[in-house]
Amino acid sequence: MRNQLPNPVPYQSPDNREFWTATAESRLLLRRCDDCSAFIWYPRPFCPICGSLRTSWAQASGLGSVYTFTVVHRSTVPGYRDAVPYVVAYVELDEGPRVLTNIIGVAPEDVRIGMPVSVEFTDTGEGSALYRFTPR
Amino acid sequence: MSIRGKAFIAGVYEHPLREIPDRSSSQIQAECAAGALADAGLSFADVDGYFTDSKYGIGGVSMTDYLGLKLTHIDSTDTGGSSYVVHVGHAAEAIACGKCTVALITMAGRPRTAALRADPTTEPVPDSVFEGLWGLSGPATAYALAATRHMYQYGTTSAQLAEVKVAASLHAQYNPNAFLRQPVTVEEVLESPMVSTPLHRLDCCVVTDGGGAVVVVSPEVARSLDRTSVKVLGHGETIKHADAGRIDVTYTGAVISGPRAFEEAGIGPADIKYASIYDSFTITVIESLEDLGFCEKGKGGEFVLDGALVAPHGRLPFNTDGGGLCNNHPSNRGGMTKIIEAVRQLRGEANKEVQVPNCDLALAHGTGGSIATRMGSSTLILGQENA
Repeated sequence: MRNQLPNPVPYQSPDNREFWTATAESRLLLRRCDDCSAFIWYPRPFCPICGSLRTSWAQASGLGSVYTFTVVHRSTVPGYRDAVPYVVAYVELDEGPRVLTNIIGVAPEDVRIGMPVSVEFTDTGEGSALYRFTPR
Repeated sequence: MSIRGKAFIAGVYEHPLREIPDRSSSQIQAECAAGALADAGLSFADVDGYFTDSKYGIGGVSMTDYLGLKLTHIDSTDTGGSSYVVHVGHAAEAIACGKCTVALITMAGRPRTAALRADPTTEPVPDSVFEGLWGLSGPATAYALAATRHMYQYGTTSAQLAEVKVAASLHAQYNPNAFLRQPVTVEEVLESPMVSTPLHRLDCCVVTDGGGAVVVVSPEVARSLDRTSVKVLGHGETIKHADAGRIDVTYTGAVISGPRAFEEAGIGPADIKYASIYDSFTITVIESLEDLGFCEKGKGGEFVLDGALVAPHGRLPFNTDGGGLCNNHPSNRGGMTKIIEAVRQLRGEANKEVQVPNCDLALAHGTGGSIATRMGSSTLILGQENA
């Protein structure tokens, strides 16, 4: 199935620039705490689990499963408005964090909670790519 | 230290209009403030504490100037739609500590006829960078994520969600100001257009202009007024968030705010005769009922069957004004109207068809932000003046 979703350009800040640069190379990074080893989502140079300021980037496997999802039938979001129906989901990464994303490459009505998925990157053309997930 | 019995709600006002194209939100707040003060038998000159959200200007600074208030206490805590429930709690605390004696709470907004302009000069909040890319179309998409998971985990059905809307619509038919006054059936909810699975259009609240205000006063001021006031018995509040990626969308911050409020009031869920429960979406009510302790976790869908929420004789009459689902959701924030209807019930001034008999104890619960990401929860326990 063709991905007809728009590819909005993410806002880059000092906190997340390296994350977005990696997506352009089809790599999904997670922030990880140097002290308590917790994976931190969304990425930030601070660990909300233990309060540490010592964190580093770690490469994620890109594998996970659908935690929950919705098929959007009415949308007011520019670019998405004409792409209905599309799937917004939380994917639980194998590393633990639940991340908001789209499920692509499958008919919306076939998406299920628990479905195993893997990451797929779509280029924004601005030095970054969006991490979306497709059934594996 | 407790706020129990140390502050009273002396006046409330809900703006009667639902589409207000020709007045500013500031003016609507001024009208609501005047209405609530008149209801209490007080004037602007009596106000020494002010509580509002931070949607306009610098927190409460701009509105304090607009209203010309002379203050000894200011609080512009913003927890989205739950802000005003928080404000009643904070006002009671401030009064108990002697920081003010007459606290005014106001809010207004015009999402129906004038969308707020986003400020392009500020950097986006960090969470929005990672959540704004995927086509979440307003809160409906996010609350749908919660509903899907709740159904998966607990077997909740769309027909059970629809019962919440049906009860609200049965109440709204008696409210002449309600935006939607037509009663609906479960079938009509299920047949309404799908917005974001599993939520249909009729699972979603209305979008209305409008506003409201509440006046909270010290026991001494309450005693001096002719009007029946309502006693603040307990309050709880919290922020529940995404927890660094460990989010669980099947429960809300009411698991913290509810028990705190009940403990302070010294009563339990079984004592509540009427409940105002934030109803941005039907799923919001189901999860809140469970988290507030009105039923076992996961049993919210079963709880609302058989007219349980329908006034005056259901097991737990709720949102007798028609709630956000049918009556009013001013500024996309429903906490204010939750307080106001609870006060009407305790004063015996709800619409007569839905007035709960012997309504001596009520709950008002607010939810702000999104139950699928980060949210503010606040719970108030209120009683009749002599409770």
